[in-house]
Amino acid sequence: MMFLAATIPDHLQNISFGNAAVVALLGYCVVFFGIVLLMCVITIMGKIFVAKANKAKAAAPAPAAPVTVTPVAAAAPEAPGSAGQLKLHDVPPKTAAMLMAIVADQMGKPLNELRFISIKEVK
Amino acid sequence: MINVGEILLDLWNGSGFAALTQGFLSQGGWQNLLMIIIACGLLYLGIVKKFEPLLLVGIAFGCLLSNLPLGGLYHQELWDAFMDANNPAYHSYGAILREAGLIDIFYIGVKTSLYPCLIFMGVGAMTDFGPLLSNPKSLLLGAAAQLGVFVAFFGAVLLDFSGPQAASIGIIGGADGPTAIFLTSQLAPELLGAIAVAAYSYMALIPLIQPPIMNALTSAKDRRIKMVQTRQVSKTEKIIFPIVVVIFVALLLPDTAPLIGCLMLGNLFKETGVTDRLSDTVQNALMNIVTILLSTAVGATMVGSTFLTTNTLKIVVLGVVAFGISTAGGLLGGNVMCKLTRGKVNPLIGSAGVSAVPMAARVANTVGQKNNPSNFLLMHAMGPNVAGVIGSAIAAGFLLSVFGG
Repeated sequence: MMFLAATIPDHLQNISFGNAAVVALLGYCVVFFGIVLLMCVITIMGKIFVAKANKAKAAAPAPAAPVTVTPVAAAAPEAPGSAGQLKLHDVPPKTAAMLMAIVADQMGKPLNELRFISIKEVK
Repeated sequence: MINVGEILLDLWNGSGFAALTQGFLSQGGWQNLLMIIIACGLLYLGIVKKFEPLLLVGIAFGCLLSNLPLGGLYHQELWDAFMDANNPAYHSYGAILREAGLIDIFYIGVKTSLYPCLIFMGVGAMTDFGPLLSNPKSLLLGAAAQLGVFVAFFGAVLLDFSGPQAASIGIIGGADGPTAIFLTSQLAPELLGAIAVAAYSYMALIPLIQPPIMNALTSAKDRRIKMVQTRQVSKTEKIIFPIVVVIFVALLLPDTAPLIGCLMLGNLFKETGVTDRLSDTVQNALMNIVTILLSTAVGATMVGSTFLTTNTLKIVVLGVVAFGISTAGGLLGGNVMCKLTRGKVNPLIGSAGVSAVPMAARVANTVGQKNNPSNFLLMHAMGPNVAGVIGSAIAAGFLLSVFGG
C-alpha cells in the first residue's frame, strides 16, 4: 500500500485558488465523463439483453394444434362490494396483505376503497 | 514483610486518577478531558437519538479510550513518526508494532485502506443494481450529485487547507463514509477523526438536511410527477454488470480499483446464486466485524491535541455545505431530466444521487409522497442512489490521482 501525502509537488500541496478552481472543474467533468461512458456501456448491454429476450419470445413455438377446451362452469358471481381476484406472482399471501395495508396507510385511504389487481416481486 | 502501604501507594501513583491530579490537566490534559465529554455526547447521540448508532457508538467509544490518561491503547506520536519522511520509523509497521497499543493495531487496517474496502464489499453484497440497470440514465444524477465534493474542495482551499486536506474534506459531499475514510487515510490522516465524524453525522441527518433543499429547488407540480415502472432486469444482466463495471472503471481510474473492485466483488457474490454463503458472510459477519474495528480505530484518532482545533470547526461547516450542494446538484440534474423528458422524471429522485444508501432514496420517496400520497418513488430513486456510490468512488479516484502524487 502506498502512502502518498509526503510525495506530492508543492504547487499541489499549497494549491492556489486558480489551480483549485481548475482541479474542481476538471474533477466534476471527469466524474461526468466516467459516468456517461458507463451509462453507454450499460445501455448497450441492456439493449442486447432486451433484444435477446424478445428474440427468445418470438422463437417460442406456437401451440401446434388447437386445444380442446372443456367448458367449465361459469365463475361464481362476485360478492357485492368485492373488487375481484388479486393475482399474486411469487408473493406469499401474508406479505401481500402486509403490502396492501402499508399502501393503504401511506395513501391515507381505507383498504376497501382501493383495488389491487396483482402483486409481483420485482427481481 | 510486605509493605502494604507502599503497594497501595504504587498502585495509586500508577493510576489514571493520580495522573489527573498530578499536572495532567495543566499539561494539555484538559483537551483530553473535553474529548471525553464530547465522546459521551456522541454516545448519547448514537444510543438515545439513534444517529448512525452502528458506527457512532464505536467511534465515540474509541475516542473515549484514546483520551483516557495512561491507557496506552493508541499512540498518535507513533503514527506521526510513521508519516514523517525524516523519521527512522517512516512507513515502518515494525516500529508501530514494537510499541503499539491495541487500537494502534486496529488502526493498521485503516491506514492500509483494508477496512473501507471490506465495508464496500459488504455494501456491494447488500445492493441491488437492478433499478440502475433498468434505467441507466439515472447514473447521470449520481454524477450531478457530486457537485458538493468539488465545491467543498474549493471552499476548503479558500479556508487555507492544503490541497490533499481540501480533497479529503470535499469528499464528505459524496455522503459515503467508507470512501471518505479511504481517501482521508491516504491524503490527510491528521483529519481522519473530524472528517469521519462529520461524514457519518451528516449522513444520519439526511432526513433533516435534504427536504428543505428539495422543496426549494423543485416546483410542487414536478414533485407530484408519477414515474412509470421500469423494465425487469434479467439475472444474467445482473451477473455481468459487476464484471463490466470493474473492468471499465478500474481501467479508466486505476486509483478507484480497490473500492470499486470490492464493491463489485460483493455484488457478484450476491448475484451469482452460487456463492450464497460468501454473500451472507460479507453482508453480515464480516461487515459487523470490520465495522467494530473501523469505528473504534477512527474514533481513537480523535485525540484532544489534534481534534480540538479551528480546523475541526471548519470541517464541520464545510461538511454540511458539501452535503447541501451535492443535494442541490442532484436536484438540478433531476430538473434538467424532467424538462428533457417532458415531465416523465420526478426531479426529487435527483437528491438520492448523494450516496447514503438507502437513506437518500427513502427521503426522496417520503417527500414525493407528501406531495402525492399515491406516488412511490423508492425504486426510481434507488437508481441514482447506487449511481452515487459509483460517482463518489470516481470522484475519490480522481482526487487521489491528483493529490496522491
